[in-house]
Amino acid sequence: MLKTFSIGGIHPHENKLSAHQPILTAAIPEKAVILLGQHIGAPAKPVVVKGDVVKVGTKIAEANGFVSAAIHSSVSGKVTKIDAIVDASGYAKPAIFIDVEGDEWEETINRTTALVSDCNLTAEEIVKKIAEAGIVGLGGACFPTQVKLCPPPAFKAECLVINAVECEPYLTADHQLMLEHAEEIMVGVCILMKAVKVNKAFIGIENNKQDAIQLMTKVASRYAGINVVPLKVKYPQGGEKQLIDAIISRQVGSGALPISTGAVVQNVGTAFAVYEAVQKNKPLLERVITVTGKSLAKPSNFLARIGTPMKQLIEACGGLPEDTGKIIGGGPMMGKALVNTDVPTVKGSSGILIMTNKESKRGEVRNCIRCSKCVSVCPMGLEPYLLGALAENVDFERMEKEKIMDCIECGSCQFTCPTNRPLLDYCRLGKSKVGTMIRARQAK
Amino acid sequence: MENKLIISLSPHIHNGDSVEKNMYGVLIALVPAFIVSLIYFGLGALVVTVTSVIACLFFEWAIGKYIMRRENSTIYDGSAAITGVLLSFNLPSNLPVWIIILGALFAIGVSKMSFGGLGNNPFNPALAGRVFLLLSFPVQMTTWPKIGQLTSYIDAETAATPLSIMKGVIKGAPGYSLDQLPDAFNLFIGNNGGCLGEVSAAALLIGLIYMLMKRIITWHIPGSILITVTVFSGIMYLVNPQIYVSPVTQLLSGGLMLGAIFMATDYVTSPMTNKGMLIYGTCIGLLTVIIRLFGAYPEGMSFAILIMNAFTPLINTYCKPKRFGEVAKKK
Repeated sequence: MLKTFSIGGIHPHENKLSAHQPILTAAIPEKAVILLGQHIGAPAKPVVVKGDVVKVGTKIAEANGFVSAAIHSSVSGKVTKIDAIVDASGYAKPAIFIDVEGDEWEETINRTTALVSDCNLTAEEIVKKIAEAGIVGLGGACFPTQVKLCPPPAFKAECLVINAVECEPYLTADHQLMLEHAEEIMVGVCILMKAVKVNKAFIGIENNKQDAIQLMTKVASRYAGINVVPLKVKYPQGGEKQLIDAIISRQVGSGALPISTGAVVQNVGTAFAVYEAVQKNKPLLERVITVTGKSLAKPSNFLARIGTPMKQLIEACGGLPEDTGKIIGGGPMMGKALVNTDVPTVKGSSGILIMTNKESKRGEVRNCIRCSKCVSVCPMGLEPYLLGALAENVDFERMEKEKIMDCIECGSCQFTCPTNRPLLDYCRLGKSKVGTMIRARQAK
Repeated sequence: MENKLIISLSPHIHNGDSVEKNMYGVLIALVPAFIVSLIYFGLGALVVTVTSVIACLFFEWAIGKYIMRRENSTIYDGSAAITGVLLSFNLPSNLPVWIIILGALFAIGVSKMSFGGLGNNPFNPALAGRVFLLLSFPVQMTTWPKIGQLTSYIDAETAATPLSIMKGVIKGAPGYSLDQLPDAFNLFIGNNGGCLGEVSAAALLIGLIYMLMKRIITWHIPGSILITVTVFSGIMYLVNPQIYVSPVTQLLSGGLMLGAIFMATDYVTSPMTNKGMLIYGTCIGLLTVIIRLFGAYPEGMSFAILIMNAFTPLINTYCKPKRFGEVAKKK
């Protein structure tokens, strides 16, 4: 029996169209747009001004507070302006615009492909280097990695859990990264183990990536303390709480931090970025991103510089199809619909998904028939039908009692609902209202 | 192009499930029982079923259009057709057309549409219709035709059903003895009297397997009902086998299978959590056996389900699913 998380879950069509497509290096954009808020927490503070000349890897914005991350230029050229641009959220956000000239890298960066496996730094030095490199969780949440590596003193890390699940349909970036850079990832995992001072690491990979499981298991056998754990294919296994439950059978309590179970979770892409940052002095300035969709001519995996306009990547896959209805930044379950294709890629961009007009439309909403399917799929053990009804009736106090704040917004309920009810929309509304209520109470 | 992009929140995909898929799935699951009813009751089964379905669809359409003023009719969602089939399956095959139409009007009009249509009805419409008819027309509703009269309808000869024999024995009425009951095999395949759709446990179980495979329902409600009935009636059988029948006979006779598989599992009127479903099913099983053994009516399934329908909101309030992280698991 393969391991998996214990409550709920769904199995959408995997549609991994770009699986086994080699990672192509995307062309350097003519103009790069690098957003200042690419992570959870305070947006970074620019350290360059209009007219400055930057190289690839030059720090252009610094972390602004504890939960924040530095940002580096992904291109060489001249800063033309610091201005707002509409990002994946649909809101205009500040960004640094750079006109690209050539491709000149900072001299400190080791650009060779040779594997550097020895790391003699202390845990503190590693964390400092990771923070300097502006690394954030590359699974999509973009939580600054150095913060996660320094748990509050009350907690002690016992093991490292590497999220290589890639449970979102369509996305293949992590899968391909594992196939092409297994050695580097293992070194990255070792560095992360050292940083959190544990001697055990588990790499969770879903069973639909057999080749990656085999390769990673083979490579891991040469490293002490690293185990590859094949997992049953089930969404949302890549959720931090679900993954901890699946791998070490401990559940994070309501409102508690994941570290309370003793597990530190990092994405496999993050482990690779950590390797590059610590061993090669390379800040986080490019990442693997899947560009996919049923109507797209050539679904592909790209290594793209951060700040590349999505338009350029879509062009490289054969251009935007005529019948495009929706462009999603991320996967189909949790990604965000983009307002245009000028949106630049960010550290957290795992994929661009093109959906046809037909696929994009939601079905007609009808009365809840109380089939209880939403209850049975909710991975947090909530009752989405009830939360939806409560939100409709503006009863946010009751929503709080029904644990709305536990919702991880995975969308399993809405995916399953035979009456097409916008259950997750209601849950988001409830979370935002209840969150405001809780903050108001705490302020008193 | 750009300004034609659709912007909506995640999730951006759906599994394609719909009300229709579930409802038509239930209808397919009812086909074996319908075929068996045609084999045993012939013309009567056909007339009663067709009348009931047409009447239910008509009332759904007419009330939706002229009273609720809905733009889109809901007759195609399959729920009214299910109500029609289930109502007819709960009727004797010699019931006059006008009584069936009254039953359909009560089922669809009073117990479903007056609450706002599918999803809002507190009671199972087909059962409400049946109980309405049982209380209004007790004579017609409790005389069942003998099986095998394929070409007769209202003129069919009537005979006692297994349940009326059981009740007669319990009450000590003259002329009844447990020897008159068909054996388990005949009860299983449906070779006995009763309402037209309930006679064959085998056909109904095929429907159950189909619905479980298609994930239309889960095992919790039918499972808990059948287990409870087996255990409870088994205890009573051990107490006094002279007047109480064996659990196998209890399970295979009357509307138990039809109720447990198709009536109690109605989405709208059953609880939402697995724990709730188990409590609901157990209570239905208990109530059914209590009514069958100690009540005034020979059959208790309909009443038991309707009573538990009334408790469903209460069960939903107190039976919460197991929340993630509620009980921190020890390694």
